Amino acid sequence: MTEHLLRAARSEAELPQGYDEPATPADTLTPELELAGVDKVYSSRRGTTEALRGIDLRVAAGEFVALVGRSGCGKTTLLRILAGLLPPTGGEVRAGGRPVWRGGRRDEETVSRFGLVFQEPNLFPWFTIEDNVALPLKLRGVDRATRRARAHELCDLVGLGGFEKSLPRELSGGMRQRAAIARALSCDPSVLLMDEPFGALDALTRDRMNLELQSIASTTGATVVFVTHSIPEAVFLADRVVLLSPRPGRIHSVVDVDLARPRELEIDVEPAFRETVRALRTALDEEA
Amino acid sequence: MEQRGVAKWLPWVSAPVMLVLLVIVWSLVVSVFGISEFVLPPPSAVAASLGELLVDPATWGHVQVTVTEVLSGFAIALVLGVLGGVVLGRIAWLEVAMRPALVAFQVVPKVALIPIFVIWFGFGLTSKVIMAAILAFFPILLNVLLGVRSVDRGHRDVMRGLGATRWSTFRNLELPSTLPYVFAGMEVAIVFSVIGAIVGEYLGGNEGLGFLVVSSLNALDAPALFAVIVLLAAVGSVLFFAVNLAKRLVIPWHESVSEKEFA
Ligand SMILES: Nc1ncnc2c1ncn2[C@@H]1O[C@H](COP(=O)(O)OP(=O)(O)OP(=O)(O)O)[C@@H](O)[C@H]1O
Ligand SMILES: [Mg+2]
Repeated sequence: MTEHLLRAARSEAELPQGYDEPATPADTLTPELELAGVDKVYSSRRGTTEALRGIDLRVAAGEFVALVGRSGCGKTTLLRILAGLLPPTGGEVRAGGRPVWRGGRRDEETVSRFGLVFQEPNLFPWFTIEDNVALPLKLRGVDRATRRARAHELCDLVGLGGFEKSLPRELSGGMRQRAAIARALSCDPSVLLMDEPFGALDALTRDRMNLELQSIASTTGATVVFVTHSIPEAVFLADRVVLLSPRPGRIHSVVDVDLARPRELEIDVEPAFRETVRALRTALDEEA
Repeated sequence: MEQRGVAKWLPWVSAPVMLVLLVIVWSLVVSVFGISEFVLPPPSAVAASLGELLVDPATWGHVQVTVTEVLSGFAIALVLGVLGGVVLGRIAWLEVAMRPALVAFQVVPKVALIPIFVIWFGFGLTSKVIMAAILAFFPILLNVLLGVRSVDRGHRDVMRGLGATRWSTFRNLELPSTLPYVFAGMEVAIVFSVIGAIVGEYLGGNEGLGFLVVSSLNALDAPALFAVIVLLAAVGSVLFFAVNLAKRLVIPWHESVSEKEFA
Protein backbone atom coordinates (compact mmCIF):
# COMPACT_ATOMS: atom_id res chain seq x y z
CA MET A 1 0.00 0.00 0.00
CA THR A 2 2.71 2.48 1.01
CA GLU A 3 4.60 1.42 -2.06
CA HIS A 4 1.59 2.27 -4.15
CA LEU A 5 1.16 5.70 -2.55
CA LEU A 6 4.83 6.42 -3.05
CA ARG A 7 4.58 5.62 -6.69
CA ALA A 8 1.47 7.75 -7.01
CA ALA A 9 3.30 10.65 -5.42
CA ARG A 10 6.24 10.17 -7.71
CA SER A 11 4.21 10.22 -10.88
CA GLU A 12 2.30 13.18 -9.55
CA ALA A 13 5.58 15.06 -9.51
CA GLU A 14 6.19 14.13 -13.10
CA LEU A 15 2.83 15.32 -14.30
CA PRO A 16 2.94 18.45 -16.41
CA GLN A 17 1.86 21.82 -15.12
CA GLY A 18 -1.80 22.68 -15.05
CA TYR A 19 -2.48 19.21 -13.81
CA ASP A 20 -3.30 20.05 -10.25
CA GLU A 21 -6.85 21.27 -10.60
CA PRO A 22 -9.06 19.30 -8.23
CA ALA A 23 -11.52 18.13 -10.88
CA THR A 24 -8.87 16.22 -12.83
CA PRO A 25 -9.82 12.54 -12.53
CA ALA A 26 -6.18 11.42 -12.54
CA ASP A 27 -6.06 12.46 -8.89
CA THR A 28 -8.43 9.73 -7.76
CA LEU A 29 -6.79 6.83 -5.97
CA THR A 30 -6.33 3.99 -8.44
CA PRO A 31 -5.91 4.87 -12.08
CA GLU A 32 -7.92 2.76 -14.51
CA LEU A 33 -4.84 2.01 -16.59
CA GLU A 34 -1.28 2.27 -15.43
CA LEU A 35 2.07 1.65 -17.08
CA ALA A 36 5.07 1.83 -14.76
CA GLY A 37 8.55 1.80 -16.28
CA VAL A 38 7.39 -0.25 -19.24
CA ASP A 39 10.04 -1.38 -21.75
CA LYS A 40 9.48 -3.38 -24.87
CA VAL A 41 12.20 -4.98 -26.94
CA TYR A 42 11.21 -7.04 -29.97
CA SER A 43 13.62 -9.88 -30.70
CA SER A 44 13.66 -11.58 -34.04
CA ARG A 45 16.18 -13.54 -36.06
CA ARG A 46 17.40 -10.32 -37.64
CA GLY A 47 18.16 -8.75 -34.28
CA THR A 48 16.39 -6.72 -31.66
CA THR A 49 14.30 -3.54 -31.87
CA GLU A 50 13.83 -1.41 -28.82
CA ALA A 51 10.26 -0.24 -29.34
CA LEU A 52 9.53 1.36 -25.96
CA ARG A 53 11.69 2.56 -23.09
CA GLY A 54 10.65 3.58 -19.59
CA ILE A 55 7.02 4.42 -20.26
CA ASP A 56 5.14 5.78 -17.24
CA LEU A 57 1.51 6.52 -17.93
CA ARG A 58 -1.55 6.76 -15.70
CA VAL A 59 -5.00 7.02 -17.19
CA ALA A 60 -7.84 7.80 -14.79
CA ALA A 61 -11.28 6.24 -15.04
CA GLY A 62 -13.35 8.19 -17.52
CA GLU A 63 -10.37 10.01 -18.95
CA PHE A 64 -9.82 10.39 -22.71
CA VAL A 65 -6.15 10.17 -23.64
CA ALA A 66 -4.87 10.59 -27.18
CA LEU A 67 -1.53 9.11 -28.21
CA VAL A 68 0.28 10.85 -31.06
CA GLY A 69 3.66 10.38 -32.66
CA ARG A 70 5.40 9.64 -35.91
CA SER A 71 4.92 6.39 -37.78
CA GLY A 72 6.91 3.62 -36.17
CA CYS A 73 7.39 5.35 -32.82
CA GLY A 74 5.65 2.57 -30.89
CA LYS A 75 2.03 3.70 -30.56
CA THR A 76 0.59 0.36 -31.60
CA THR A 77 3.06 -1.44 -29.37
CA LEU A 78 2.03 0.71 -26.40
CA LEU A 79 -1.65 0.09 -27.06
CA ARG A 80 -1.15 -3.67 -27.42
CA ILE A 81 0.67 -3.70 -24.11
CA LEU A 82 -2.20 -1.81 -22.48
CA ALA A 83 -4.65 -4.27 -24.03
CA GLY A 84 -2.76 -7.24 -22.62
CA LEU A 85 -2.08 -8.59 -26.11
CA LEU A 86 1.66 -8.20 -25.72
CA PRO A 87 3.67 -8.74 -22.56
CA PRO A 88 6.17 -5.96 -21.82
CA THR A 89 9.83 -6.94 -21.50
CA GLY A 90 10.15 -4.74 -18.42
CA GLY A 91 7.96 -2.80 -16.03
CA GLU A 92 4.44 -3.27 -14.80
CA VAL A 93 1.01 -3.00 -16.48
CA ARG A 94 -2.03 -2.55 -14.26
CA ALA A 95 -5.72 -2.22 -15.05
CA GLY A 96 -8.09 -1.22 -12.28
CA GLY A 97 -5.18 -1.60 -9.87
CA ARG A 98 -4.62 -5.26 -10.76
CA PRO A 99 -1.57 -6.45 -12.64
CA VAL A 100 -2.51 -7.57 -16.14
CA TRP A 101 0.35 -10.10 -16.25
CA ARG A 102 0.95 -12.59 -13.49
CA GLY A 103 3.83 -14.99 -13.97
CA GLY A 104 3.57 -14.88 -17.76
CA ARG A 105 -0.20 -15.40 -17.71
CA ARG A 106 -2.74 -12.75 -18.55
CA ASP A 107 -5.52 -11.83 -16.15
CA GLU A 108 -8.53 -12.58 -18.39
CA GLU A 109 -11.02 -10.89 -16.09
CA THR A 110 -9.40 -7.46 -16.33
CA VAL A 111 -8.96 -7.73 -20.06
CA SER A 112 -12.59 -8.67 -20.68
CA ARG A 113 -13.71 -5.15 -19.74
CA PHE A 114 -11.78 -3.75 -22.72
CA GLY A 115 -13.10 -2.93 -26.15
CA LEU A 116 -10.40 -2.95 -28.83
CA VAL A 117 -10.30 -1.33 -32.24
CA PHE A 118 -7.25 -2.27 -34.28
CA GLN A 119 -5.48 -0.44 -37.08
CA GLU A 120 -7.10 -2.92 -39.49
CA PRO A 121 -10.80 -3.79 -39.23
CA ASN A 122 -10.05 -7.51 -38.68
CA LEU A 123 -13.63 -8.54 -39.40
CA PHE A 124 -14.25 -12.25 -39.87
CA PRO A 125 -15.13 -12.80 -43.56
CA TRP A 126 -17.42 -15.74 -42.76
CA PHE A 127 -19.72 -13.70 -40.53
CA THR A 128 -22.22 -11.08 -41.67
CA ILE A 129 -21.71 -7.55 -40.36
CA GLU A 130 -24.36 -8.25 -37.74
CA ASP A 131 -22.60 -11.39 -36.52
CA ASN A 132 -19.23 -9.63 -36.52
CA VAL A 133 -20.60 -6.78 -34.45
CA ALA A 134 -22.25 -9.16 -32.01
CA LEU A 135 -19.25 -11.52 -31.71
CA PRO A 136 -18.24 -10.27 -28.24
CA LEU A 137 -21.80 -10.90 -27.04
CA LYS A 138 -21.82 -14.37 -28.58
CA LEU A 139 -18.67 -15.25 -26.65
CA ARG A 140 -20.45 -14.17 -23.48
CA GLY A 141 -23.35 -16.47 -24.17
CA VAL A 142 -25.90 -13.72 -24.87
CA ASP A 143 -28.94 -15.16 -26.69
CA ARG A 144 -29.48 -14.65 -30.41
CA ALA A 145 -32.41 -12.23 -30.30
CA THR A 146 -30.65 -9.87 -27.89
CA ARG A 147 -27.50 -10.05 -29.98
CA ARG A 148 -29.36 -9.15 -33.13
CA ALA A 149 -31.16 -6.24 -31.50
CA ARG A 150 -27.91 -4.86 -30.10
CA ALA A 151 -26.11 -5.29 -33.43
CA HIS A 152 -28.85 -3.32 -35.22
CA GLU A 153 -28.62 -0.52 -32.66
CA LEU A 154 -24.85 -0.32 -33.08
CA CYS A 155 -24.97 -0.49 -36.88
CA ASP A 156 -27.35 2.47 -36.85
CA LEU A 157 -25.02 4.29 -34.48
CA VAL A 158 -22.01 3.97 -36.79
CA GLY A 159 -24.03 4.63 -39.94
CA LEU A 160 -24.20 1.04 -41.19
CA GLY A 161 -27.96 0.64 -40.88
CA GLY A 162 -29.19 -1.63 -43.68
CA PHE A 163 -25.86 -3.46 -44.01
CA GLU A 164 -26.46 -5.89 -41.15
CA LYS A 165 -26.78 -8.89 -43.48
CA SER A 166 -23.87 -7.96 -45.76
CA LEU A 167 -20.57 -9.76 -45.74
CA PRO A 168 -17.44 -7.74 -44.89
CA ARG A 169 -16.09 -8.14 -48.43
CA GLU A 170 -19.14 -6.25 -49.73
CA LEU A 171 -18.26 -3.15 -47.67
CA SER A 172 -15.75 -0.38 -48.30
CA GLY A 173 -12.65 -0.03 -46.12
CA GLY A 174 -14.14 2.81 -44.11
CA MET A 175 -17.41 0.93 -43.60
CA ARG A 176 -15.48 -2.09 -42.35
CA GLN A 177 -13.62 0.04 -39.88
CA ARG A 178 -16.93 1.44 -38.59
CA ALA A 179 -18.19 -2.13 -38.18
CA ALA A 180 -15.05 -2.88 -36.15
CA ILE A 181 -15.85 0.09 -33.92
CA ALA A 182 -19.40 -1.17 -33.45
CA ARG A 183 -17.98 -4.56 -32.48
CA ALA A 184 -15.75 -2.98 -29.86
CA LEU A 185 -18.74 -1.14 -28.40
CA SER A 186 -21.07 -4.13 -28.34
CA CYS A 187 -20.26 -5.39 -24.88
CA ASP A 188 -20.31 -1.93 -23.26
CA PRO A 189 -16.61 -1.85 -22.43
CA SER A 190 -15.48 0.37 -19.58
CA VAL A 191 -12.14 0.85 -21.36
CA LEU A 192 -11.84 1.56 -25.09
CA LEU A 193 -8.44 1.13 -26.73
CA MET A 194 -8.45 2.41 -30.30
CA ASP A 195 -5.57 2.28 -32.79
CA GLU A 196 -6.07 4.90 -35.53
CA PRO A 197 -9.69 3.85 -35.89
CA PHE A 198 -10.62 6.67 -38.27
CA GLY A 199 -7.54 6.51 -40.49
CA ALA A 200 -9.48 4.98 -43.40
CA LEU A 201 -12.42 7.40 -43.26
CA ASP A 202 -13.13 10.42 -45.44
CA ALA A 203 -13.00 13.83 -43.73
CA LEU A 204 -16.76 14.21 -43.38
CA THR A 205 -17.36 10.75 -41.93
CA ARG A 206 -14.36 11.25 -39.71
CA ASP A 207 -15.88 14.44 -38.27
CA ARG A 208 -19.14 12.66 -37.65
CA MET A 209 -17.37 9.70 -35.99
CA ASN A 210 -15.38 12.08 -33.80
CA LEU A 211 -18.58 13.69 -32.55
CA GLU A 212 -20.13 10.26 -32.04
CA LEU A 213 -17.11 8.97 -30.15
CA GLN A 214 -17.11 12.03 -27.90
CA SER A 215 -20.75 11.48 -27.01
CA ILE A 216 -20.26 7.73 -26.49
CA ALA A 217 -17.32 8.40 -24.19
CA SER A 218 -19.23 10.96 -22.14
CA THR A 219 -22.51 9.02 -21.88
CA THR A 220 -20.87 5.71 -21.00
CA GLY A 221 -18.13 7.28 -18.91
CA ALA A 222 -15.66 4.92 -20.63
CA THR A 223 -11.92 5.40 -20.33
CA VAL A 224 -10.45 5.86 -23.80
CA VAL A 225 -6.92 5.59 -25.13
CA PHE A 226 -6.93 6.72 -28.73
CA VAL A 227 -4.00 6.51 -31.15
CA THR A 228 -3.98 8.95 -34.04
CA HIS A 229 -1.71 10.61 -36.57
CA SER A 230 -3.82 13.73 -36.60
CA ILE A 231 -2.98 16.37 -34.01
CA PRO A 232 -6.25 18.32 -34.49
CA GLU A 233 -8.20 15.10 -34.02
CA ALA A 234 -6.27 14.36 -30.83
CA VAL A 235 -6.95 17.85 -29.48
CA PHE A 236 -10.60 17.70 -30.44
CA LEU A 237 -11.20 14.41 -28.63
CA ALA A 238 -8.82 14.21 -25.72
CA ASP A 239 -8.49 15.45 -22.17
CA ARG A 240 -4.78 14.83 -22.46
CA VAL A 241 -2.52 14.32 -25.45
CA VAL A 242 0.56 12.14 -24.98
CA LEU A 243 3.33 12.69 -27.50
CA LEU A 244 5.65 9.74 -28.17
CA SER A 245 9.12 10.25 -29.61
CA PRO A 246 10.67 7.49 -31.70
CA ARG A 247 13.42 4.90 -31.43
CA PRO A 248 13.09 3.91 -28.71
CA GLY A 249 9.57 5.14 -28.03
CA ARG A 250 9.48 7.43 -25.00
CA ILE A 251 6.95 9.90 -23.69
CA HIS A 252 8.20 13.20 -25.06
CA SER A 253 5.53 15.40 -23.51
CA VAL A 254 2.00 15.44 -22.22
CA VAL A 255 -0.33 18.30 -23.05
CA ASP A 256 -3.62 19.01 -21.28
CA VAL A 257 -6.52 20.13 -23.39
CA ASP A 258 -8.61 22.63 -21.43
CA LEU A 259 -11.62 22.90 -23.68
CA ALA A 260 -15.18 22.60 -22.41
CA ARG A 261 -17.33 19.66 -23.45
CA PRO A 262 -19.31 18.85 -25.42
CA ARG A 263 -17.04 20.19 -28.14
CA GLU A 264 -18.46 21.21 -31.49
CA LEU A 265 -16.62 20.77 -34.78
CA GLU A 266 -16.34 24.58 -35.02
CA ILE A 267 -14.09 24.55 -31.98
CA ASP A 268 -11.12 24.42 -34.36
CA VAL A 269 -11.38 28.19 -34.90
CA GLU A 270 -11.08 28.96 -31.18
CA PRO A 271 -7.75 30.39 -30.02
CA ALA A 272 -7.34 27.84 -27.21
CA PHE A 273 -7.75 24.98 -29.71
CA ARG A 274 -5.30 26.51 -32.16
CA GLU A 275 -2.81 27.20 -29.42
CA THR A 276 -2.84 23.58 -28.22
CA VAL A 277 -2.45 22.25 -31.75
CA ARG A 278 0.44 24.65 -32.34
CA ALA A 279 2.16 23.61 -29.11
CA LEU A 280 1.92 19.94 -30.11
CA ARG A 281 3.21 20.63 -33.61
CA THR A 282 6.20 22.46 -32.19
CA ALA A 283 6.89 19.62 -29.77
CA LEU A 284 6.67 17.08 -32.60
CA ASP A 285 9.06 19.14 -34.73
CA GLU A 286 11.69 19.68 -32.08
CA GLU A 287 11.67 16.00 -31.15
CA ALA A 288 12.78 14.99 -34.63
CA MET B 1 -24.96 -6.53 -61.73
CA GLU B 2 -25.41 -7.30 -65.43
CA GLN B 3 -21.87 -8.60 -65.64
CA ARG B 4 -22.55 -10.88 -62.73
CA GLY B 5 -25.44 -12.30 -64.76
CA VAL B 6 -23.10 -12.90 -67.68
CA ALA B 7 -20.66 -14.78 -65.45
CA LYS B 8 -23.52 -16.96 -64.31
CA TRP B 9 -24.91 -18.12 -67.63
CA LEU B 10 -21.83 -17.87 -69.88
CA PRO B 11 -20.29 -21.26 -68.94
CA TRP B 12 -23.63 -22.97 -69.59
CA VAL B 13 -23.53 -21.66 -73.15
CA SER B 14 -19.80 -21.91 -73.82
CA ALA B 15 -19.46 -25.53 -72.67
CA PRO B 16 -22.02 -26.99 -75.17
CA VAL B 17 -20.64 -24.75 -77.93
CA MET B 18 -17.11 -26.05 -77.34
CA LEU B 19 -18.40 -29.62 -77.20
CA VAL B 20 -20.19 -29.22 -80.54
CA LEU B 21 -17.06 -27.62 -82.06
CA LEU B 22 -14.94 -30.51 -80.79
CA VAL B 23 -17.28 -33.09 -82.36
CA ILE B 24 -17.32 -31.19 -85.68
CA VAL B 25 -13.53 -30.89 -85.84
CA TRP B 26 -13.18 -34.51 -84.81
CA SER B 27 -15.55 -35.72 -87.58
CA LEU B 28 -13.80 -33.53 -90.15
CA VAL B 29 -10.35 -34.78 -89.16
CA VAL B 30 -11.49 -38.39 -89.39
CA SER B 31 -13.17 -38.01 -92.80
CA VAL B 32 -10.71 -35.57 -94.43
CA PHE B 33 -7.58 -37.52 -93.47
CA GLY B 34 -9.27 -40.91 -93.79
CA ILE B 35 -8.07 -42.06 -90.39
CA SER B 36 -8.58 -45.72 -89.57
CA GLU B 37 -11.35 -46.56 -87.08
CA PHE B 38 -8.79 -48.35 -84.90
CA VAL B 39 -6.82 -45.15 -84.42
CA LEU B 40 -9.57 -42.57 -84.13
CA PRO B 41 -13.17 -43.73 -84.53
CA PRO B 42 -15.64 -41.11 -85.78
CA PRO B 43 -17.90 -39.50 -83.15
CA SER B 44 -20.90 -41.31 -84.53
CA ALA B 45 -19.30 -44.71 -83.86
CA VAL B 46 -18.33 -43.65 -80.34
CA ALA B 47 -21.86 -42.38 -79.73
CA ALA B 48 -23.33 -45.67 -80.90
CA SER B 49 -20.95 -47.58 -78.66
CA LEU B 50 -21.78 -45.32 -75.76
CA GLY B 51 -25.49 -45.95 -76.35
CA GLU B 52 -24.94 -49.72 -76.15
CA LEU B 53 -22.86 -49.26 -73.05
CA LEU B 54 -25.49 -47.19 -71.25
CA VAL B 55 -28.31 -49.68 -71.79
CA ASP B 56 -26.18 -52.59 -70.57
CA PRO B 57 -26.85 -53.15 -66.84
CA ALA B 58 -23.35 -54.62 -66.45
CA THR B 59 -21.90 -51.16 -67.22
CA TRP B 60 -23.71 -49.68 -64.24
CA GLY B 61 -22.27 -52.41 -62.06
CA HIS B 62 -18.80 -51.31 -63.16
CA VAL B 63 -19.65 -47.65 -62.54
CA GLN B 64 -20.82 -48.56 -59.06
CA VAL B 65 -17.60 -50.44 -58.32
CA THR B 66 -15.42 -47.54 -59.44
CA VAL B 67 -17.48 -44.94 -57.58
CA THR B 68 -17.37 -47.07 -54.41
CA GLU B 69 -13.58 -47.32 -54.63
CA VAL B 70 -13.19 -43.61 -55.29
CA LEU B 71 -15.49 -42.50 -52.50
CA SER B 72 -14.05 -44.94 -49.93
CA GLY B 73 -10.50 -43.89 -50.74
CA PHE B 74 -11.48 -40.24 -50.71
CA ALA B 75 -13.25 -40.55 -47.36
CA ILE B 76 -10.25 -42.28 -45.76
CA ALA B 77 -7.91 -39.62 -47.19
CA LEU B 78 -10.18 -36.84 -45.96
CA VAL B 79 -10.25 -38.10 -42.37
CA LEU B 80 -6.53 -38.90 -42.20
CA GLY B 81 -5.49 -35.83 -44.18
CA VAL B 82 -7.45 -33.43 -41.98
CA LEU B 83 -6.25 -35.10 -38.78
CA GLY B 84 -2.64 -35.17 -39.99
CA GLY B 85 -2.80 -31.60 -41.26
CA VAL B 86 -4.20 -30.28 -37.99
CA VAL B 87 -1.64 -32.18 -35.88
CA LEU B 88 1.33 -31.18 -38.04
CA GLY B 89 0.04 -27.62 -38.34
CA ARG B 90 -0.20 -27.32 -34.60
CA ILE B 91 3.03 -29.04 -33.57
CA ALA B 92 5.79 -27.27 -35.46
CA TRP B 93 8.63 -29.58 -34.37
CA LEU B 94 6.69 -32.66 -35.48
CA GLU B 95 6.19 -31.14 -38.91
CA VAL B 96 9.92 -30.42 -39.17
CA ALA B 97 10.70 -33.97 -38.04
CA MET B 98 8.24 -35.46 -40.54
CA ARG B 99 9.30 -33.28 -43.46
CA PRO B 100 11.93 -35.67 -44.96
CA ALA B 101 9.46 -38.55 -44.82
CA LEU B 102 6.73 -36.44 -46.39
CA VAL B 103 8.97 -35.23 -49.19
CA ALA B 104 10.26 -38.74 -49.86
CA PHE B 105 6.75 -40.13 -50.00
CA GLN B 106 5.57 -37.32 -52.22
CA VAL B 107 8.26 -37.73 -54.85
CA VAL B 108 7.76 -41.50 -55.15
CA PRO B 109 5.50 -42.16 -58.16
CA LYS B 110 2.80 -43.71 -56.04
CA VAL B 111 1.04 -45.58 -58.83
CA ALA B 112 4.18 -47.70 -59.02
CA LEU B 113 3.13 -49.14 -55.66
CA ILE B 114 -0.03 -50.75 -57.01
CA PRO B 115 1.58 -54.11 -57.79
CA ILE B 116 2.72 -54.25 -54.18
CA PHE B 117 -0.83 -53.58 -52.96
CA VAL B 118 -2.08 -56.27 -55.30
CA ILE B 119 0.36 -58.72 -53.69
CA TRP B 120 -0.72 -57.66 -50.22
CA PHE B 121 -4.46 -57.15 -50.65
CA GLY B 122 -5.33 -59.14 -53.76
CA PHE B 123 -7.25 -58.15 -56.87
CA GLY B 124 -10.37 -56.97 -55.02
CA LEU B 125 -11.54 -53.52 -54.06
CA THR B 126 -9.08 -53.05 -51.19
CA SER B 127 -5.98 -52.42 -53.26
CA LYS B 128 -7.81 -49.79 -55.36
CA VAL B 129 -9.31 -48.07 -52.34
CA ILE B 130 -5.83 -47.83 -50.82
CA MET B 131 -4.41 -46.41 -54.03
CA ALA B 132 -7.20 -43.82 -54.26
CA ALA B 133 -6.68 -42.92 -50.59
CA ILE B 134 -2.92 -42.51 -50.92
CA LEU B 135 -3.20 -40.25 -53.96
CA ALA B 136 -5.92 -38.13 -52.32
CA PHE B 137 -4.21 -37.93 -48.94
CA PHE B 138 -1.37 -35.54 -49.80
CA PRO B 139 -3.30 -32.67 -51.35
CA ILE B 140 -5.62 -32.71 -48.33
CA LEU B 141 -2.81 -32.98 -45.78
CA LEU B 142 -0.75 -30.19 -47.33
CA ASN B 143 -3.71 -27.84 -47.75
CA VAL B 144 -4.96 -28.37 -44.20
CA LEU B 145 -1.43 -27.89 -42.86
CA LEU B 146 -1.23 -24.59 -44.72
CA GLY B 147 -4.73 -23.63 -43.58
CA VAL B 148 -4.01 -24.23 -39.91
CA ARG B 149 -0.86 -22.13 -40.25
CA SER B 150 -2.50 -19.24 -42.05
CA VAL B 151 -5.08 -18.17 -39.49
CA ASP B 152 -4.85 -14.38 -39.67
CA ARG B 153 -2.85 -12.77 -36.84
CA GLY B 154 -5.21 -9.83 -36.65
CA HIS B 155 -8.14 -12.23 -36.27
CA ARG B 156 -6.31 -14.04 -33.49
CA ASP B 157 -5.81 -10.70 -31.74
CA VAL B 158 -9.54 -10.07 -31.89
CA MET B 159 -10.27 -13.38 -30.17
CA ARG B 160 -7.49 -12.89 -27.64
CA GLY B 161 -8.67 -9.37 -26.92
CA LEU B 162 -12.10 -10.77 -26.16
CA GLY B 163 -10.65 -13.35 -23.80
CA ALA B 164 -12.10 -16.18 -25.93
CA THR B 165 -11.77 -19.76 -24.74
CA ARG B 166 -9.90 -22.44 -26.73
CA TRP B 167 -13.18 -23.92 -27.91
CA SER B 168 -14.79 -20.69 -29.08
CA THR B 169 -11.57 -19.68 -30.82
CA PHE B 170 -11.70 -22.98 -32.70
CA ARG B 171 -15.41 -22.72 -33.45
CA ASN B 172 -15.52 -19.06 -34.51
CA LEU B 173 -12.06 -18.57 -35.99
CA GLU B 174 -9.84 -21.57 -36.68
CA LEU B 175 -12.45 -23.88 -38.19
CA PRO B 176 -14.04 -21.36 -40.58
CA SER B 177 -10.69 -19.96 -41.66
CA THR B 178 -9.29 -23.45 -42.39
CA LEU B 179 -12.36 -24.74 -44.28
CA PRO B 180 -11.49 -23.04 -47.60
CA TYR B 181 -8.14 -24.85 -47.51
CA VAL B 182 -9.86 -28.16 -46.74
CA PHE B 183 -12.11 -27.69 -49.76
CA ALA B 184 -9.23 -26.65 -51.99
CA GLY B 185 -7.52 -29.91 -50.97
CA MET B 186 -10.72 -31.88 -51.52
CA GLU B 187 -11.19 -30.57 -55.05
CA VAL B 188 -7.73 -31.80 -56.03
CA ALA B 189 -8.13 -34.99 -53.99
CA ILE B 190 -11.37 -36.14 -55.62
CA VAL B 191 -9.69 -35.99 -59.04
CA PHE B 192 -6.66 -37.86 -57.69
CA SER B 193 -8.85 -40.56 -56.13
CA VAL B 194 -10.42 -41.22 -59.52
CA ILE B 195 -6.94 -41.57 -61.02
CA GLY B 196 -5.91 -43.92 -58.21
CA ALA B 197 -8.94 -46.15 -58.59
CA ILE B 198 -8.72 -46.32 -62.40
CA VAL B 199 -5.00 -47.07 -62.50
CA GLY B 200 -5.62 -49.71 -59.85
CA GLU B 201 -8.28 -51.26 -62.05
CA TYR B 202 -5.98 -51.19 -65.09
CA LEU B 203 -3.45 -53.34 -63.31
CA GLY B 204 -5.59 -55.95 -61.68
CA GLY B 205 -9.07 -57.33 -61.17
CA ASN B 206 -12.12 -57.75 -63.37
CA GLU B 207 -14.40 -54.95 -62.23
CA GLY B 208 -14.77 -51.22 -62.66
CA LEU B 209 -14.47 -48.71 -65.49
CA GLY B 210 -10.68 -49.12 -65.60
CA PHE B 211 -11.21 -52.81 -66.26
CA LEU B 212 -13.70 -51.93 -69.04
CA VAL B 213 -11.04 -49.75 -70.67
CA VAL B 214 -8.54 -52.61 -70.62
CA SER B 215 -11.03 -55.18 -71.92
CA SER B 216 -12.09 -52.89 -74.81
CA LEU B 217 -8.44 -52.48 -75.62
CA ASN B 218 -7.87 -56.23 -75.60
CA ALA B 219 -10.86 -56.66 -77.89
CA LEU B 220 -9.35 -53.98 -80.19
CA ASP B 221 -12.72 -52.22 -80.01
CA ALA B 222 -11.68 -48.57 -80.35
CA PRO B 223 -15.22 -47.07 -80.34
CA ALA B 224 -15.96 -48.92 -77.07
CA LEU B 225 -12.63 -47.74 -75.63
CA PHE B 226 -13.50 -44.13 -76.43
CA ALA B 227 -17.02 -44.61 -75.11
CA VAL B 228 -15.73 -45.89 -71.76
CA ILE B 229 -13.37 -42.94 -71.54
CA VAL B 230 -16.28 -40.56 -72.15
CA LEU B 231 -18.21 -42.34 -69.40
CA LEU B 232 -15.20 -42.07 -67.09
CA ALA B 233 -14.92 -38.36 -67.77
CA ALA B 234 -18.61 -37.98 -66.96
CA VAL B 235 -18.27 -39.89 -63.67
CA GLY B 236 -15.19 -37.84 -62.72
CA SER B 237 -17.03 -34.60 -63.48
CA VAL B 238 -20.04 -35.56 -61.42
CA LEU B 239 -17.79 -36.36 -58.44
CA PHE B 240 -15.86 -33.11 -58.81
CA PHE B 241 -19.02 -31.02 -59.03
CA ALA B 242 -20.42 -32.79 -55.98
CA VAL B 243 -17.38 -31.59 -53.99
CA ASN B 244 -17.67 -28.16 -55.56
CA LEU B 245 -21.34 -27.98 -54.61
CA ALA B 246 -20.52 -28.98 -51.03
CA LYS B 247 -18.02 -26.13 -50.97
CA ARG B 248 -20.59 -23.65 -52.20
CA LEU B 249 -23.01 -24.74 -49.53
CA VAL B 250 -20.53 -24.83 -46.64
CA ILE B 251 -18.45 -21.71 -47.32
CA PRO B 252 -20.67 -19.41 -49.38
CA TRP B 253 -18.80 -16.43 -47.92
CA HIS B 254 -15.46 -17.37 -49.49
CA GLU B 255 -13.91 -15.52 -52.44
CA SER B 256 -13.56 -18.73 -54.46
CA VAL B 257 -17.32 -19.19 -54.32
CA SER B 258 -18.55 -15.79 -55.45
CA GLU B 259 -18.98 -15.44 -59.18
CA LYS B 260 -16.05 -13.69 -60.72
CA GLU B 261 -16.95 -10.36 -62.18
CA PHE B 262 -15.28 -9.19 -65.36
CA ALA B 263 -13.09 -6.15 -65.12
N1 LIG C 1 6.21 -7.84 -34.19
C1 LIG C 1 7.27 -7.02 -34.29
N2 LIG C 1 8.52 -7.54 -34.38
C2 LIG C 1 9.61 -6.75 -34.45
N3 LIG C 1 9.56 -5.41 -34.46
C3 LIG C 1 8.35 -4.82 -34.38
C4 LIG C 1 7.15 -5.60 -34.29
N4 LIG C 1 6.10 -4.74 -34.23
C5 LIG C 1 6.62 -3.50 -34.27
N5 LIG C 1 7.98 -3.54 -34.34
C6 LIG C 1 8.87 -2.37 -34.37
O1 LIG C 1 8.56 -1.55 -33.27
C7 LIG C 1 8.54 -0.18 -33.65
C8 LIG C 1 7.21 0.43 -33.27
O2 LIG C 1 6.18 -0.17 -34.02
P1 LIG C 1 4.65 0.22 -33.85
O3 LIG C 1 3.86 -0.67 -34.71
O4 LIG C 1 4.32 0.22 -32.40
O5 LIG C 1 4.64 1.70 -34.43
P2 LIG C 1 3.43 2.74 -34.60
O6 LIG C 1 3.77 3.94 -33.83
O7 LIG C 1 2.14 2.09 -34.31
O8 LIG C 1 3.52 3.08 -36.14
P3 LIG C 1 2.32 3.47 -37.17
O9 LIG C 1 1.93 4.87 -36.83
O10 LIG C 1 2.98 3.40 -38.51
O11 LIG C 1 1.24 2.48 -36.99
C9 LIG C 1 8.82 -0.14 -35.13
O12 LIG C 1 10.15 0.29 -35.30
C10 LIG C 1 8.65 -1.53 -35.62
O13 LIG C 1 9.63 -1.84 -36.58
MG1 LIG D 1 0.49 1.58 -35.45
